[in-house]
Amino acid sequence: MSQTAPVKSSDYKSEVKPVWCPGCGDYHVLLSITKAFAALQLPSEDVAVISGIGCSSRLPAYLDCYGFHGVHGRALPLGTGLKVARPDLTVLVAGGDGDGFSIGGNHFLHACRRNIDLTYVVMNNRVYGMTKGQPSPTTEPDWDSALSPGGTGLSPFHPLVIALASGANFVARAFSGDIKGTTGMLIEAIEHPGFSFVEVLSPCVTFRPDQRGWKNAVHPAPVEATDDPARAARRIMSDDGFNIGVLYRGTRSAYDLSRAEAGEVGEFDRMFEI
Amino acid sequence: MTDDKTTALPIGSVADLLAYAYRIEIDALERYRMLADQMEVHNNPELASLFRDLAGHEEKHAQEILRQAGEEGIADIPEHEFEWGTAESPEAADLDAAHYRMTPWHALQMALAAEKRAHGFFDHIVVSVDDPDVRKWAEEFRAEEAEHVELVERLLSRHEPPAKGWDADDDPPILQE
Repeated sequence: MSQTAPVKSSDYKSEVKPVWCPGCGDYHVLLSITKAFAALQLPSEDVAVISGIGCSSRLPAYLDCYGFHGVHGRALPLGTGLKVARPDLTVLVAGGDGDGFSIGGNHFLHACRRNIDLTYVVMNNRVYGMTKGQPSPTTEPDWDSALSPGGTGLSPFHPLVIALASGANFVARAFSGDIKGTTGMLIEAIEHPGFSFVEVLSPCVTFRPDQRGWKNAVHPAPVEATDDPARAARRIMSDDGFNIGVLYRGTRSAYDLSRAEAGEVGEFDRMFEI
Repeated sequence: MTDDKTTALPIGSVADLLAYAYRIEIDALERYRMLADQMEVHNNPELASLFRDLAGHEEKHAQEILRQAGEEGIADIPEHEFEWGTAESPEAADLDAAHYRMTPWHALQMALAAEKRAHGFFDHIVVSVDDPDVRKWAEEFRAEEAEHVELVERLLSRHEPPAKGWDADDDPPILQE
């Protein structure tokens, strides 16, 4: 990609054709990410997109920048390690609700707590789509399906509140179909210091066709974002789950990466010598 | 999310208008290519071909606007600075409406809605702009979009709406077991 001319959003798309189902919200998120990168004029060699496993975690393959499609639930440790080793990179970690809040749930808590300067985008469709529709941590308790007759009866995981309680420095909720709004939130999340968390409601049209109705349910958050995590948490706990916008802008400083001991790659080789 | 037709669009010159008109066509062609790719991946070659044809038409329109801009070319407005007054670039087909078993009728419905949005965009400029040169150009673009609407309607008249159950698949690629 030439860096002499302004970078266009299409420059960030790879030649790989997505295998997502037509109608999937993740297509919109892909567009929003490329538009955000273009708006920030990020050279592709200075960006890394890291993911775990799941439909949305295929994202790095569809982008023309550095990427790593990691193992299930481990996107945040990978992204954290990369940012510590290469603080000059813009690191965006992406995945789904199953990957991020179930097997990756513990990493989510500690990534928020560490507050390293990266952006985590979770495409929440409240279902394990790639493995054919099992309930995920964010699935409604009464969602009735072939694999969960009568629903699970379990309280759903509340990622935004948990992010706030764990120390995330920027919290937003977006809707995939609102490409312009999602792009704006991603721009702000990338620019905000520390750990930024953007939950994107991204419909799974195959296993959750009811989610096609989300475009009529979402609405802008009625109040401006706060810098008080307790107030933000109260608001989020009492909203209808479809408030869209930046909900919390924290003022914590990002983790000081100079605290991480720098070393040469060769030192690692010596550490593994027998 | 709702569209806001009352937004005052930041189009104060013919150069701005040409940049907007060009961006509309580029967004439309990129969207049709995206949809064509989806249909190829999901083994719907008829629709892939149709979306490629639609992308080709949009590319021709974009080239025509480039020609009209002449030596001055198209103003280089960053993508995120375009203000549409709608959720998206008006002629970009609605990704939500895609389905792997969709028919030409569905695709043409998507195209028709997109052309109507583009027509509405230029219509909004015609009725809201003060500059007579900008209005004259906007009227031309509006007339072109009206032609496109008619063309898509003619194409659509050759296709019957699909029967109920068009999306049923005896051998679905993805199924809860």
